[in-house]
Amino acid sequence: MKSFLKMTWMEAKLFLREPANAFFTLLFPLVMLFIFGSIYSNQSAPSIPGASGQGTVETLIPALIAMVIGMTGLMAITMTMASYRENGVLRRLSTTPVSSLFVLVAQVVVVFSMTALGMLLLVIVGKLVYHVRIPGNLLDILGGFILGSLSFFSIGFILAGTMPTTRTAQIVAMLLLYPMLILSGAAWPRELMPATVQKISAFMPLTYVVNLLRGLWIGEPWGNHLLDVGVLLGMLLLGIIISARTFRWE
Amino acid sequence: MNTIIQVEGLRKIYGETIAVDNISFEVHEGEIFGMVGPNGAGKTTTIECLEGLRKPDQGMIRVLGLDPQQDGHALKECTGMQLQESNLPARMRVWEALDLYASFYPKTANWKKLLVQLGLEEKRNTPFSKLSGGQKQRLFIALALLPEPQLVFLDELTTGLDPQARHTIWDLVRDVRARGKTVVLTTHFMEEAERLCDRIVILDHGNIVALDTPEALVRKLGVEERIVFTVEGTLPPDFEKAISGETWLEIQGDRVTIHGKNSRKVPLVSEVVNLLSVKGIRFHDLRTEQPNLEDVFLSLTGREMRE
Repeated sequence: MKSFLKMTWMEAKLFLREPANAFFTLLFPLVMLFIFGSIYSNQSAPSIPGASGQGTVETLIPALIAMVIGMTGLMAITMTMASYRENGVLRRLSTTPVSSLFVLVAQVVVVFSMTALGMLLLVIVGKLVYHVRIPGNLLDILGGFILGSLSFFSIGFILAGTMPTTRTAQIVAMLLLYPMLILSGAAWPRELMPATVQKISAFMPLTYVVNLLRGLWIGEPWGNHLLDVGVLLGMLLLGIIISARTFRWE
Repeated sequence: MNTIIQVEGLRKIYGETIAVDNISFEVHEGEIFGMVGPNGAGKTTTIECLEGLRKPDQGMIRVLGLDPQQDGHALKECTGMQLQESNLPARMRVWEALDLYASFYPKTANWKKLLVQLGLEEKRNTPFSKLSGGQKQRLFIALALLPEPQLVFLDELTTGLDPQARHTIWDLVRDVRARGKTVVLTTHFMEEAERLCDRIVILDHGNIVALDTPEALVRKLGVEERIVFTVEGTLPPDFEKAISGETWLEIQGDRVTIHGKNSRKVPLVSEVVNLLSVKGIRFHDLRTEQPNLEDVFLSLTGREMRE
């Protein structure tokens, strides 16, 4: 247990020492919040169908949380695990009595905590600066957040396990991530996009995280989001099965 | 002498390639045991089977009385390992690595002392990626020594290091032996094996081609010695024939090299010097070149390039 805590603490420090991680998880979402917040302030946004009566910032924050999930799952997990494998960090660990599985679990704990920290910052700043309301149940929102995070982490593990090098893993992760950030409604509301783009976004996993979190945020019941939950649970299961079969230690 | 490692009939096959073909040897307590061989000879495969990182296809291995496959966990608690290709996370600092790895073992050496002993005290806050090759290897030795191991495995410890760093590492390895620990290492520097190891096994194509102390290997298998000198004027044409036994002469300008079998009744050097003075040939800069482990190695494993 002592070694697991040490390892988790170490991984947390390493996460924050990687400038890209700290920036994209903690700072960038806030920058996005300020940009959109200053454009719209927290006015009711009638131009967004299905979001009537809600402030723009209130639709924006759950979407930005989904964005953080997409970035930590696809970039942080993929890059760390792929480079640990390629550079022999996992191999070095295999010479000790500690199971290499430890570092995987520590990684999930750390990246999840950092994602949660990113979410917390968004909520706190949203509350303080834009007086954002949270009509939904906090536990429901947390549940949706956990499901979305874990299912995205599993994609990260698949990439880290199947791509031959860190470099290819990074490129594939970026190719998956960037269109999703733009089209899934994480960066700005999907309702503002043309119908064709909305159809494309139905094929993007992040869309389901955005839908689920936005719904839960305004207090919609889980029953309205069975498709989102189904897709994310399926991704999580598939991710666990595939990465358990494909993950290589060296 | 106590046996620390016992290997009988070890065999490891990768697909069609036989990496290690039915080899047997023992390692004794307190010695530095070296494995040498060309690339692909089976050194790393063998050492990784001993460490429990690879599963042998056949054969019996006992390391400190344990079966590396069955008792891998127990074995890893009491052995130190340095791997040929491994790294730490780029931004992990030296002290953090030692502190973290120390938490993995039930009983550990004081890592702060190890830091001083390995000359890494000044680098304690340096990230791993900013260390030089020699500093990285010293850190890996420190990590290998953390569990106060009876046995340390060092795989290609000095590959890629400059001569200064290499000599420092040699001294460190001798220190490890002086503390009563057993060291098993692989290397492809013959000088390293000759200077450092108490006993050496030479592997080639997965087989043991020789196993003995470096001195005995050179004595038994050192094929030839050489006498080199610079002659003033020219050598008489019958000079070569005048030397007894199997020898051959190489002349480059005024520089003469005489190759002769190592095992002779009369030492080659006295015969050559005697002959030169009898014939009144003036010469200077005469030296003898004794066979070393590299000559033995090349005569056993051939000179053709490997992979």
